[in-house]
Amino acid sequence: MNERLINIFRFASPATFYPLAGRMIPWFVALTVLFGAAGLWLGLFVAPTDFQQGEGYRIIFVHVPASWMSMFIYLVMAFWAAVGFTLNTRLSGMMTQALAPTGALMAFLSLWTGALWGKPMWGAWWVWDARLTSELILLFLYIGFIALTSAIDDPRRADKAGGILLLVGVVNIPIIYFSVKWWNTLHQGSSVSLTRSPSMAAIMLWGMLLMALCFWMYSIALALVRVRGIILERERHTDWAKAILSGETAR
Amino acid sequence: MIWNSFGEFLAMGGYAGYVWGSFGATALIMIVEPILARRRQKQTIARLRRQMRADTRSSLESNE
Repeated sequence: MNERLINIFRFASPATFYPLAGRMIPWFVALTVLFGAAGLWLGLFVAPTDFQQGEGYRIIFVHVPASWMSMFIYLVMAFWAAVGFTLNTRLSGMMTQALAPTGALMAFLSLWTGALWGKPMWGAWWVWDARLTSELILLFLYIGFIALTSAIDDPRRADKAGGILLLVGVVNIPIIYFSVKWWNTLHQGSSVSLTRSPSMAAIMLWGMLLMALCFWMYSIALALVRVRGIILERERHTDWAKAILSGETAR
Repeated sequence: MIWNSFGEFLAMGGYAGYVWGSFGATALIMIVEPILARRRQKQTIARLRRQMRADTRSSLESNE
């Protein structure tokens, strides 16, 4: 086995990941603020008015990143669940639990901003459209995962049960993504139209990508904060965790 | 800059409630969630410390 692989496995151990995560958090917070400021500047002050939707289209700068994140976080959780089942690594179950609340909030934000966008453009807060319904199911999957894992006391069993739910539910992600193609939906197809004047589309696209990066960095920072608590909780009987708790080693 | 005045920026071409309702909810969540997560991390550390002290105390007593 080469040296790099050994290094990856070393960081997969909770004892080495805990301090590493602590060191990474400030960087991800800084990147969140940086990308957020740049994205908001482009989205709210530079991007011109849409000729069809007026200023109402600016909801796109939070709606699309939140929707992307809600789907992506679920994929990452399903990935960790699969890693947990195949390699039996301790950290993977902790990662799924650390990501779930942020994923649920992203799914909620996607629906909330979607409702606020739908009302002025379609005349309805909510319709039982394929895209909207499958995103609502995603929110329920997140809530179900959180409820299921917190209802089981034994963490390893909670990881297993939660992992099965994640892997079964992952089928919903392509349904959300392709729903606008597979069904005749009210929800618009692609988020950025290239038929508009290219300079405008470019600025909108940049604003959206910067906001998406901001949401990414935010989600990573939050997951790292949360996973540290989960690691300490589960490893509290080990020597290294006791050393951290008693203040012998730096947190 | 595309706005002529701050009032025009706030009005969002008549979509103020929808646009600020979206950005506001996002901002609120992105401020409250980190605060709650941080607080929970501190509470977890405090609780585990108490438990650890209680465990060492009881094991010392049982040794006597």
